[in-house]
Amino acid sequence: MNKQVISVLVDNHSGVLTRISSLFGRRGFNIDSLTVSATNDPSVSRITIVVHDDAKVLQQIVLQTARLEETRHIFVLDPAVSLFRELLLLKVEATQANRSELREIGSIYKAKIIDLSPESLVFELTGEPDKIDAFLKMMEGFTILEMCRTGITALERGGASEHLL
Amino acid sequence: MKLSGADIFVQVLLEQGVDTLFGYPGGAVLNLYDALYKASDKITHIMTAHEQGAAHAADGYARATGRTGVVLATSGPGATNLVTGIATAYMDSIPMVAITGNVGNSLIGKDSFQEVYITGITMPITKHNFVVRRVEDLAHILREAFRIAQTGRKGPVLVDIPKDVTGAMTEYTPAPPVEIPVRQDYDQAAVLHAAQIINSAQRPLIYFGGGVRSAGAGEALRQLVQKAQIPATYTLMAAGVLDYGDPLNLGLLGMHGSYTTNKAASKADVLIAVGTRFSDRVALDPGTFAQEATIIQFDIDASEIGKNVEVDCSVVGDAKVVLEALLPHIQPAVHPEWMRQLQSWQSIDYRPKDHTDRLTPHQVIGAACELAGPDAVYVTDVGQHQMWACQYIRHVKDRAFLTSGGLGTMGFGYGAALGAQAALGRDQTVVMMTGDGSFHMNLNEACTAVSYDLPVITIIFNNQVLGMVRQWQTAFYGKRYSSTDPHRKTDYVKLAEGFGLKGYHCETVEEFRAAFAEALASKKPAWIECRIDKDEKVLPMIPAAGNVDDIMMS
Repeated sequence: MNKQVISVLVDNHSGVLTRISSLFGRRGFNIDSLTVSATNDPSVSRITIVVHDDAKVLQQIVLQTARLEETRHIFVLDPAVSLFRELLLLKVEATQANRSELREIGSIYKAKIIDLSPESLVFELTGEPDKIDAFLKMMEGFTILEMCRTGITALERGGASEHLL
Repeated sequence: MKLSGADIFVQVLLEQGVDTLFGYPGGAVLNLYDALYKASDKITHIMTAHEQGAAHAADGYARATGRTGVVLATSGPGATNLVTGIATAYMDSIPMVAITGNVGNSLIGKDSFQEVYITGITMPITKHNFVVRRVEDLAHILREAFRIAQTGRKGPVLVDIPKDVTGAMTEYTPAPPVEIPVRQDYDQAAVLHAAQIINSAQRPLIYFGGGVRSAGAGEALRQLVQKAQIPATYTLMAAGVLDYGDPLNLGLLGMHGSYTTNKAASKADVLIAVGTRFSDRVALDPGTFAQEATIIQFDIDASEIGKNVEVDCSVVGDAKVVLEALLPHIQPAVHPEWMRQLQSWQSIDYRPKDHTDRLTPHQVIGAACELAGPDAVYVTDVGQHQMWACQYIRHVKDRAFLTSGGLGTMGFGYGAALGAQAALGRDQTVVMMTGDGSFHMNLNEACTAVSYDLPVITIIFNNQVLGMVRQWQTAFYGKRYSSTDPHRKTDYVKLAEGFGLKGYHCETVEEFRAAFAEALASKKPAWIECRIDKDEKVLPMIPAAGNVDDIMMS
């Protein structure tokens, strides 16, 4: 089963996220991640949902979400023409002994160090989910103190999306 | 014109053509009730014994008329008591607007007295719901609620109004009633494809559900049945849409449908599903359901296409519009071999046996139908009597068999029957069929029947047990009758009298006929208790997740 990214444009009302998560809970749809973002139109929010499901379940997710009164548009993003990004914040135990090694790995992945203390440092990394996965793999040998990963947010390439009316 | 929120609420109801609503007052809705008091010459409020009864009454009103039912309750427990009624309407796609009061804006979120987050509670059982935070939004939101309830696949909408909003003043501009245009669009190529499949069918079968009734597509369906001589079977939600006498109307499908209909579904080469959702009470085993058929599905809700059973051809649209678009492309046809096959199944199908020494459900129902006449409206509760009613009632017209199909709500019947009676007027014969189990849940609504002089005739099939559960315990649980034999000593005649209505007790068909005729003539609410055997069964039966090969005929 492939990873699928669904983009939902919804009315920017309080409670919209509750409606979507209530629907997913009730129908037993499992999600990998869900992000809510503001858009250029203040009355619209974009919810980006990542799922691992077969075509039949994916179709149900799309059609059931489309039924919600506050859903304006919903579509599955085609990976070939879409941009997927995630933000990672990673706090790693850092001593004088391993600090330079950490910095070296960070610079290969273009991760920024945004905080440094005598015992730890915090990386900020933005990128495609695969890149973040790879960076985290490299970090496995270190002591991770805390981690926060936003989940995917996504847009289609090129001019204004046909989905944005 | 500046009006209070409460007066705006009444004005919008009047705009929308609401003549009757059902409800129960309380602290958070005092302003609304005060406004209703002032408008009582234009709008009738029926106060039930319990908010659940009011919700079912609004539902029954909607089922009987096709108009949107309206129910009003106070905050907290008033609101939570609506929940079962709203869920019942949601599962059967019934248009309803539920209004709840809430504590004032300044008290929301503070666990105030009689505060509950009803929009959160009802999110999964409404098409949509609203909290009205500002009086300026009230009229618009109420109009939206009526629009959403009636648009596309119908359903309940809840509007929660904090108390201060009902007291605040704002400018009110009258508006015409919300016009709901019937959805006209459909995929023409898919319609032509469906016609092609139907025209080449040797063993076609139409399987239709509540969507046909909801769209008023009965006549179009009848034309399809007649034009290509296609036999039809229906779900619980669509009893009465086709005439019973028609040999092409095969009857009920599914768990308690006939051998013939279930056999027909399993052997059909083309199955045309109209306004129905392949529920687990029909497509008991979705893997083997109609496995020899090319399946065509017509539904107004795109999310129903292929949800439970994979289909080969589908058209999303209004059932009436789509059937009317299909009809010109259907070639007249006959299927003599298929009809002979169906008749041979009918000849060995289950037939209930008459008895003279005891009351049997089919004889009681037969007598009731004969006496009530072809225009009667029937309402049921949930359980064995509900299945018997669907199997044995004849002379049902469209919108005259009202039952909780999807949620299967015991206690639905009395409220719904009162709502139907209030909608259709006292001259309409309304017969409520119930069992002693279901009836005990909401029989308190007898007081409503008396207060408002709503002459519902209630037939209580009293087998003294929870018959449907007992039937399963008999068949699948080694006759261990766990909590289904409560040894209740309820005296229905005395209880009826206590409520101020007439009660009858019958042990023979003759006694039943006499009681029913007297109740009909009296034009007053009445209860007729019919003692039946506790091991009376609903047959045939296909066990859950089974298919026609597993059918039990005795």
